[in-house]
Amino acid sequence: MAAQVDGAMAIVTVEGLEALLQAIQARGYRAVGPTLENQAIVYDDIESINDLPRGWTDEQDGGRYRLMRRSDDALFGYSVGPQSWKKFLHAPKLRLWTAERHGENTTVTPEASPNDRLAFIGVRACEIRAIEIQDRVLISDLYVDPHYQALRARALIVAVNCGQAGGVCFCASMQAGPRVKQGFDIALTELLDGGEHVFLVEAGSEEGHALLAPIPHRAASDDEIEAAAAVIERTASSMGREMRSDDLNELLMSNLEHPRWDEVATRCLTCANCTLVCPTCFCTSVEDVSDLAGERAERWRRWDSCFTMDFSYIHGGSVRASAKSRYRQWMTHKLATWIDQFGSSGCVGCGRCIAWCPVGIDITEEVRAIRGCDAAAEEPQ
Amino acid sequence: MPQTLKACAPPSYPMAPRMIPVTRFIRESQDVFTFDLAAEHATPFTPGQFNMLYAFGVGEIPISISGDSEAPERLTHTIRAVGPVSAALGKLQAGDQVGLRGPFGVGWPVEEAKGFDVLLIAGGIGLAPLRPVIYWLLRHRAAYGRVGVLYGARTPDDLIFRSEVEEWRRTPDFQLRVAVERAGPEWTGDVGYVTPLLSKLRFDATEAVAMICGPEVMIRATALALEDAGLADSRIFVSMERNMKCAIGHCGHCQFGPLFICKDGPVHRYGRVRSLLSYREL
Repeated sequence: MAAQVDGAMAIVTVEGLEALLQAIQARGYRAVGPTLENQAIVYDDIESINDLPRGWTDEQDGGRYRLMRRSDDALFGYSVGPQSWKKFLHAPKLRLWTAERHGENTTVTPEASPNDRLAFIGVRACEIRAIEIQDRVLISDLYVDPHYQALRARALIVAVNCGQAGGVCFCASMQAGPRVKQGFDIALTELLDGGEHVFLVEAGSEEGHALLAPIPHRAASDDEIEAAAAVIERTASSMGREMRSDDLNELLMSNLEHPRWDEVATRCLTCANCTLVCPTCFCTSVEDVSDLAGERAERWRRWDSCFTMDFSYIHGGSVRASAKSRYRQWMTHKLATWIDQFGSSGCVGCGRCIAWCPVGIDITEEVRAIRGCDAAAEEPQ
Repeated sequence: MPQTLKACAPPSYPMAPRMIPVTRFIRESQDVFTFDLAAEHATPFTPGQFNMLYAFGVGEIPISISGDSEAPERLTHTIRAVGPVSAALGKLQAGDQVGLRGPFGVGWPVEEAKGFDVLLIAGGIGLAPLRPVIYWLLRHRAAYGRVGVLYGARTPDDLIFRSEVEEWRRTPDFQLRVAVERAGPEWTGDVGYVTPLLSKLRFDATEAVAMICGPEVMIRATALALEDAGLADSRIFVSMERNMKCAIGHCGHCQFGPLFICKDGPVHRYGRVRSLLSYREL
């Protein structure tokens, strides 16, 4: 999948990138990428590189996200914002089917799978990993989500190697970045330091190669390739957060009654923000609606969160009534049981849950607290 | 024979129900009812599997199949009315249509239990998911050792499948005890929980398989009693219930530690869930 087309890396200018974006749209893709909206960088339709947040960056910390001006014209000079590509592939709200009564009989018509060809512009390594994780959940088992599958199969991924790490980033700890290694059609590294604003590009698929071929470019010099590697290396070594991740399944599952769960529950508002901004959280609920005459009914699927009381409701009450149990469910699922279920952690180290938590709960800090006085580890050796 | 076991490819739209007419409606008790669906539309199932049943415009709930897996002419579900969807399903009449998806999940180990003594312990509506096992055992009686069934309910009025329970009681080589928690003087059977009745059953604990279905507190108490009686936790099977929206492993609601009740269960080997069951609110 990540086959190097022609084995060569090329350099394109900012104008060349614009030509690429136009070529992508001319090929029938709907381009979506980072844009500036409501004082945040969010993913929306773009037509030109002028729609990108040129010259902006962000400052992130626990419960904090602020945009700031950069001193240069970088197009991708920020880390990830509140949204992820899951809002396109795994829609927040989707009609699943419509049922209509005709006398005695009722017919059920599934919502047709979409034909959209989406081009994701500016996908980070952690986000590619997140998409792969959702692939595993939604289209790799016996039952396949037809909507996700249709969009995913047609999606074009133009990835970007991160030029800087954000304050809440820890993708390096999760082996999810910052270098884009696979799962892309085209990968870019933005080079700002050489006096000229250019992009090192490589194709990761036949489609990527076909799109790049007609774009004005020149072969990358060894210096430029080295400079790009240095950019990624610098990002990797300046992560805002870190989290040891090799033993989390055992650590968390052997500490299900750790006092830290009670402590974090005194801060957690169970608002569900972390699950909504998480690029891998996939939980949904369904809602049934009908018209007043009772002739027509629909079922809608919408994102849900394990932080709500309804989530675990069975007759008689909710299984997870306390905030402690709901936070514990979210974190143990994300970092521990996900591995049993799908063969990998559910965390990619993007840090969104830290930045967008209204009270700044930091998953890396919670893990450290549990590790710090790990009940299991305190047993005599 | 309309119902040969066809290798069914999963549907392209796994969330869309098929609408199937109700052919028979039976009231079992004040809040429990059973209905049959025209089974020519249905996919073969194994005892312990469940379907998602949809009441038009109201919603969808997981319901274990309570009928005979080897009687292809009807597809039977037994439901206790506890919420809006089950209440709506309780108002159906023969001829009305129900939305159906399924069957889903892993059922009871009827094949694995061959050659063993079999103990079935049911609490309340928990008898419904175990009834397909009873049908199976009656059809394949020679393949199993001693069979014992314990069935507990709150009061005599809450007992379901009453005439069948009496038939089973009269069946040779079929031990059956029924207990209720509260009863008036007209009740001549056992009073209390089912767990103490284990001692009334004849079985070889080293050569027995137990299947438990009921409220979670009853499952835990019964499994403990079975272990005390000498059964290995790998030979005890329990059926679990959790909130479920999709039944296909996508909605996330039914998670229980590393397990998805919808696809790893609803029937689990007790040894797999014992430690998980020891945590509150997991």
